[in-house]
Amino acid sequence: MAKTLAAKLWEDHVVRPLGDGADLLYVDLHVLHEVNTPSAFDDLREAGRTVRRPELTLAVEDHNTPTRDGGQEDLAGRRQRDLIRANCAEFGIRLHRLGDADQGIVHVVVPELGLARPGMTIVCCDSHTSTLGALGVLAFGIGTGQVEHVLATQTLPIHRPKDLAVEVSGVLPDGVTAKDLALTLIARIGTGGGQGSVIEYRGSAVRGLSMEARMTLCNMSVEAGSRAGLIGVDDVTVDYLRARVEALGTGEDLADAESRWREMRSDADARFDDVVRLDGASVRPRVSWGTNPAQNLPLDGRVPSRVDFTSEQEWSSAQRSLAYMGLRPGQSMRDVEVDTVFVGSCTNGRIEDLRETASVLSGRKVADGTRLLIVAGSAAVRRQAVAEGLDEVFREAGADFRTGAGCSMCCGLNEDRLAPGERAASTSNRNFEGRQGRRSRTHLVSPRVAAATAVTGRITAPEDL
Amino acid sequence: MSTPTSHTGTAVPLRRDDVDTDQLSPARFVPYFRPHGFTNILFADWRSDPDFVLNRPEHQGASVLVAGHDFGTGSSRESAVWALQSAGFQVVVASGFGDIFRDNATTRGLWTVEVDHDVVEELWREVEADPWLPVTVDLTSRRLGFRAAESPLRIDDPLLRRLVRPGDRIAETLAHVADIEEYESSRISRGDEERAR
Ligand code: SF4
Repeated sequence: MAKTLAAKLWEDHVVRPLGDGADLLYVDLHVLHEVNTPSAFDDLREAGRTVRRPELTLAVEDHNTPTRDGGQEDLAGRRQRDLIRANCAEFGIRLHRLGDADQGIVHVVVPELGLARPGMTIVCCDSHTSTLGALGVLAFGIGTGQVEHVLATQTLPIHRPKDLAVEVSGVLPDGVTAKDLALTLIARIGTGGGQGSVIEYRGSAVRGLSMEARMTLCNMSVEAGSRAGLIGVDDVTVDYLRARVEALGTGEDLADAESRWREMRSDADARFDDVVRLDGASVRPRVSWGTNPAQNLPLDGRVPSRVDFTSEQEWSSAQRSLAYMGLRPGQSMRDVEVDTVFVGSCTNGRIEDLRETASVLSGRKVADGTRLLIVAGSAAVRRQAVAEGLDEVFREAGADFRTGAGCSMCCGLNEDRLAPGERAASTSNRNFEGRQGRRSRTHLVSPRVAAATAVTGRITAPEDL
Repeated sequence: MSTPTSHTGTAVPLRRDDVDTDQLSPARFVPYFRPHGFTNILFADWRSDPDFVLNRPEHQGASVLVAGHDFGTGSSRESAVWALQSAGFQVVVASGFGDIFRDNATTRGLWTVEVDHDVVEELWREVEADPWLPVTVDLTSRRLGFRAAESPLRIDDPLLRRLVRPGDRIAETLAHVADIEEYESSRISRGDEERAR
């Protein structure tokens, strides 16, 4: 029988059915970071248990890490850092700590190290684990209780999600990115549209994306309500993996692996529970106006007003968002001025994102009164950016390209935060109230739009410059 | 030990959609990583508004939170569940939940009860008219009851079983350790294990 990619991945990892509709699923790689894990280790110890497969477990410091030379974590951040170090040492878990050459945001580091390979299951105490689905990996976020479960058993009792296909035909126009595609999808199906499903991204527009752009797309599956996004393996995937493994210099022979990887795609006539169709050619650069990621529109758009909503309930939600964001119905998005621009995060903190940012900034200056903060997703991304001379471009433009790597202003857990009421264009994934600092206001955009916005100080596309 | 399968309490009408885990437990509190001491974290930013519904005297002591679409979207944050429980909530009724939040809630015994949106609207109206209205959620019969009204509620079998029979999930899984070992050795013989390193 024809199978979806999700079905192949799932069935391949069922240790046993549990008889209540759930399966006991095997976890090939368990990833941890310093937030969300301390109490899992405490509970594990209290129950007198241990880590079943420490060699299939990897930890990274990313959420609290300072990105400035001489920067400091706050007290709570330091405590979490000390705890992940102590826990990893106690249980023999590999940890990439601050200052380590392989440190960075978990979802950036894992593919960089060649650890995410088609056919695997990967879980992590973080919702954007969905990023790794771009490599034909069933990857999803779990909670602290489940972390403890995976530590102790290397498995997870879980029921199988439905299969949702997102078919994107055509090709994305020039200057339109995977971020814009993700925002278009979320605006269409809503923050709950993918609930209970794994999204498989398909169609020519998806095939046309680079590996890093595919990661951006899968990353934001969770903003559409899905735990996981997937893209079937093709030449782009295989070439990426070969290049990664070569760069690692392990001399690994990939011939057998490659034929297995290539099976990691949905069969031609596989059936999905639901299909959403989008026309790639009609996608435009987007920007969010509200306080959830579905509240976004094309850059040409105007802040919505009453007529844009079908129900009173939706309008009253929108009004609350507008009041929080300090926007007027009908106002042109291009007139919105920002204080800060942030380029980084697991959505858009990879090398291609920094290249796009640099290509827009080249020969230009950040507007007076606007700050541009650029934080590489990993130490390796930063090294690559320097090797390519992007740091020069950033410096000449007047941007603040931090020396460290990590989550930074995406979640405001380190010292990189917006002040109350401050407004940012941000390449991250969540525009929730207070996400980037108390009473912060976030407009989600692609790196290209972020860079152009930094140049003018208001929401701008590179084509407007 | 028997686990209650029915709960009756007063409710708070939270007229909001897309309540994300950053509101339930703002990131700056996440470092308080144990399941206690979360009392003042829930909706910390919204609570600074004295008119915010949770601040009203008539809703003190409520144990059922009634929200709109897509409750608990965003970060995987178990502290979001602890924050709700520390504030006295046993049940969240909504017309949709974030998947990860729902899983986390179930792990910690917080009931997430999904109903049609018109039921949410009706419940909001009724509770606004009478804040002391008792609301009953019965897991076994899968009914939500208030006044004379009764509505079906959606909760998948596996979630339901975990709520009515919590137990030590890890011990249950470790009872299958022979199956886990067998699975592991079958993968090693296929050469699959290598790629996970
Ligand atoms: S960059 Fe942001 S979304 Fe990504 S893992 Fe870090 S905090 Fe989470």
